[in-house]
Amino acid sequence: MGIDYKKLGLKVGLEIHQQLDTSTKLFCKCKPKLFKEQPQITFLRKLRPTQSELGQIDPAAYFEFQKGIKILYEADTVTSCLVEMDEEPPHPLNMEAVEVALTIALMMKAKPVDEIHVMRKTVIDGSNTTGFQRTCVIAINGTVKVGNKAVPIQHVSLEEDAARKMGEEESNIIRYRIDRLGIPLIEIATAPVINSPKEAGEIALAIGTILRATGKAKRGLGTIRQDINISIPNGALTEIKGLQELELLPLVVEYEVQRQLNLIKISEELRKHEVKEEEIKEEFFDVTDVFKQTKCKVIRKALDKKQQVLAVKLPKFKGFLKRELTPNLRLGTEMADRAQFWGRVGGIFHTDELPAYGITEEEIEKLRKTIEAREQDAVVFVAATLENTRDALKAVAERAREAIKGVPEETRAPNPDGTTRYMRPRPGAARMYPETDIPPTQIAQDFIERVKSLLPELPEQKLERLKKDYGLNQKLAKQILDSEYSELFENIVKEISVSPTTVAAFLTETLKALKRDGVQIERVPENKMKEMFRSISLGELTKEALPEVFSWLSKHEDKSFQEAIDSLGLRMFSNTEVEKIIDTIIDANKGLIEERRASAFGLIMGMIMKEVRGKANAALVSELLKKKLKNLRNN
Amino acid sequence: MSDKDEFSGYKGEAQEAIRKAEVEIGDLIRITKDDTVYEGILIPRSEYADEKHIVLKLKSGYNIGVRITPYTKIMRIGKATKPTFSPPQLPKQQENLPKVSIISTGGTIASRVDYRTGAVRPALTASDLYSVVPELANIARIDTQILFSLFSENITPKHWTQIANVTAKHIAEGADGIVIAHGTDTLGYTAAALSFALQNLPVPIILVGSQRSADRPSSDAATNLIGAVTAAANAPFAEVAIAMHETPSDDSITLHRGTKVRKCHTSKRDAFKSINTPPIAKIQNQKITMQIEDYKKRDPIRKLTLKTEFNEKVTLLKFHPGMNPKIISWHVENDYKGIILEGTGLGHVGNYCYEALKNAIKQGILIAMTSQCIWGRVNMNVYDTGRDLLAIGIIPLEDMLAETALVKLMWVFGQTKDVEEAKKLLKTNIAGEFSPRTLIEETSN
Repeated sequence: MGIDYKKLGLKVGLEIHQQLDTSTKLFCKCKPKLFKEQPQITFLRKLRPTQSELGQIDPAAYFEFQKGIKILYEADTVTSCLVEMDEEPPHPLNMEAVEVALTIALMMKAKPVDEIHVMRKTVIDGSNTTGFQRTCVIAINGTVKVGNKAVPIQHVSLEEDAARKMGEEESNIIRYRIDRLGIPLIEIATAPVINSPKEAGEIALAIGTILRATGKAKRGLGTIRQDINISIPNGALTEIKGLQELELLPLVVEYEVQRQLNLIKISEELRKHEVKEEEIKEEFFDVTDVFKQTKCKVIRKALDKKQQVLAVKLPKFKGFLKRELTPNLRLGTEMADRAQFWGRVGGIFHTDELPAYGITEEEIEKLRKTIEAREQDAVVFVAATLENTRDALKAVAERAREAIKGVPEETRAPNPDGTTRYMRPRPGAARMYPETDIPPTQIAQDFIERVKSLLPELPEQKLERLKKDYGLNQKLAKQILDSEYSELFENIVKEISVSPTTVAAFLTETLKALKRDGVQIERVPENKMKEMFRSISLGELTKEALPEVFSWLSKHEDKSFQEAIDSLGLRMFSNTEVEKIIDTIIDANKGLIEERRASAFGLIMGMIMKEVRGKANAALVSELLKKKLKNLRNN
Repeated sequence: MSDKDEFSGYKGEAQEAIRKAEVEIGDLIRITKDDTVYEGILIPRSEYADEKHIVLKLKSGYNIGVRITPYTKIMRIGKATKPTFSPPQLPKQQENLPKVSIISTGGTIASRVDYRTGAVRPALTASDLYSVVPELANIARIDTQILFSLFSENITPKHWTQIANVTAKHIAEGADGIVIAHGTDTLGYTAAALSFALQNLPVPIILVGSQRSADRPSSDAATNLIGAVTAAANAPFAEVAIAMHETPSDDSITLHRGTKVRKCHTSKRDAFKSINTPPIAKIQNQKITMQIEDYKKRDPIRKLTLKTEFNEKVTLLKFHPGMNPKIISWHVENDYKGIILEGTGLGHVGNYCYEALKNAIKQGILIAMTSQCIWGRVNMNVYDTGRDLLAIGIIPLEDMLAETALVKLMWVFGQTKDVEEAKKLLKTNIAGEFSPRTLIEETSN
């Protein structure tokens, strides 16, 4: 790209959330795990925004409430009790989780607070049954060293994870599953001192390594999530929430900078064209008649349901809606995202992308004429219920006005390709108040001292040990350290006599490659991985077969390792079986052996290998065959 | 809560430190201790917390507690700014809607959060209620009265009398229905008390509470209140009822008859259950569906009969294995007029209590039997113990709830001093406290 981010004035702050592998949840005794089956319990709730003392209510929250959004919660009896259902007050703070948080805080040289106060952070999208997330600061003012840079850690906090969104139904019902609610999450917040995409990636990696060093970090998809705060001068503070793929972090930052730069450019051009905010009116035209005969399926479907098409004029916006901000994302896409959020519509149509989708030149012509749009105007239209179309177009008009101003402050969600999409407006700052159901918890000095005496080795110490104890080279040792598998690696090589380099290379490079190829690596549990290596140590599996076996296992979660071997036809002959095969072939070729003497070896070897078809180790066959031929001669 | 009250949360060393530094709640302060500097807003402290910590709200919004040591320095760096409340626009009163009075006795049915200090303040006036629960404006014209601000465990029979009198006043002033906001712990007792004190009701009296405090977005308070106001405004019956959640879901409200309802769970939204009888009605989407056919119909012309006296010299004793009979004697010695026994099973107490009971009855004390099983009917003809107790003179109270029996006996002795008349009154079905038949569905599950 060649952007000098530092000169540009990029400021990035990270909030890293990591699920902890404790024996129970943060505020009750439920198992901190997820379920896949159908829910045993469901219940329906509405969340009502609580007024603040100032009479203020979070606008997005109030909007959702007015729309009559209901939340259908799903639960089972293993992972949820009355606490998650908000039918019972929380139990006291889980001290096992506090201890892990304290460990991490001390590894980052942060200062533990004297007294922990659990807070309620208002969140009323349904992800918390209470309408708030319980969270508390454990320590403040730490540092993480990355290269020569000391990155300030503002706070180390402990909070309850939220419910998982399962989908949206018609009639304004959102489904959430509360199994995840209450799983302890540690949150590490850096100061906004990160100046480049690359640095953001490095710092996230360094923090992740410290988290995993405790041995109490959960692993697998969704167990670590990052929120990224990004701002550039003349742009705005964007919060990107819930990035799960660490590898994507630098790209996400890069794209966000690109997006903001492009939005700034658009705003400059709009102003140069003297486009005025007040010219964008919330005047919506009913253009249903224009599309009476339309071939456009989306509109057809809406008309069949007796819904209408409304349009809004965006004066002098022609061409701007198709301006690309980041790959696959245009200003028009941003408007569509807003329309989806505020109007719950499937999408919008705009004249910058038409004719297309079955909409004809004639229809556009007629549309423009009906609403008296000029050549240089853009027109946006939506087909849905009256209320939803209005809300959608209102949001479009609002986004257009913001485009003149520059970059809007937003909370965005990451897409799999590193771009982002609108999630909701940034919440107001005033949304925390004390959780009065949980008394303040003091952190005693001797508790701190005990945790201090048991601190796990720091990443740099561990790196040296990995090289020394297991003979790994620098690159592999670093990769294992940075991966989530360093503990598994040590377990395997301690238990099983298999080459540490083979194990390390598999757990880092091979898994990375498999993931890139779309293998869902989190579906293969540790015990199955261990079986694979045990099998190699016994000579029953070749290391070349590892990727194939692993991929098969990821696709057949309910099948065992042995079934993988059978199904892939990889079962090796046991030593006795190999001997039997050799004996049979020697017997059948006694004459040949007599005749050719020493030179018979090659021929017989070839016949045996053909017979075993790769299911026996060639070195083993050769050794056994040599021995047997020698015995034969000696007799 | 005034700021003075907030300040009083601090005691001992912490209060001393704050006073010395001349800082107030809400001030932006800097605390320097050892080599750490903390900056934030000074926050009130819970009265139950220790005297050694000061609570700060950091810039991030989080609160933390800082321990005060001899080397702790506190300095004000910014003065507290009082939040100014700008109420959102109120919905318009619709003249054609029924008039409903909301009488509040405590427990908050609506509130606001002061995010600055964390304080939760009740919203109690009519305009407060409209602004926090705007739906109410489409159901009724609301009039409000704040009678007490009491936790329900602090409500006594004297308060029942006051609530009944105030309710009568609102009815006299033309209310089409009354809603009484009340803490949930003793909500059932108050409902029973009003059922006896307010007879020949012209309009419904609906008691309502919440199991989750009103400051949280998930509170059941607003849904319950909307249900209660709907019932008060439009229900076809004129009885005392409790409006609470039917299930853990927010989509239906049950109306329970005031004499047949009990809090059966410590924390769930659907803690209130009708016992030995179906509920009166259900409300879904503001539509009321009656669940029984036998009820007193709304009739604005009907003349209310007020009988608001209660006698506190009545108690409820739960029999348990090894119970000391002297407990019964103590009540005799202390001039009690009546005892409701919560016996075992069909209505039994151990034979080691017989003497004490006989003596009490001889002294003119009225003793009646209910069951600690909660569900089902007392029957003292089945076992010898029951027959013995009947012979002693204990009055069986059919399927009446023990709590309702207690309230009723208090009320009975508020109406008469004569034991024989009291017995007759106790056995008369006044407000649906007895049900003649118990059906299979009406058991706990």
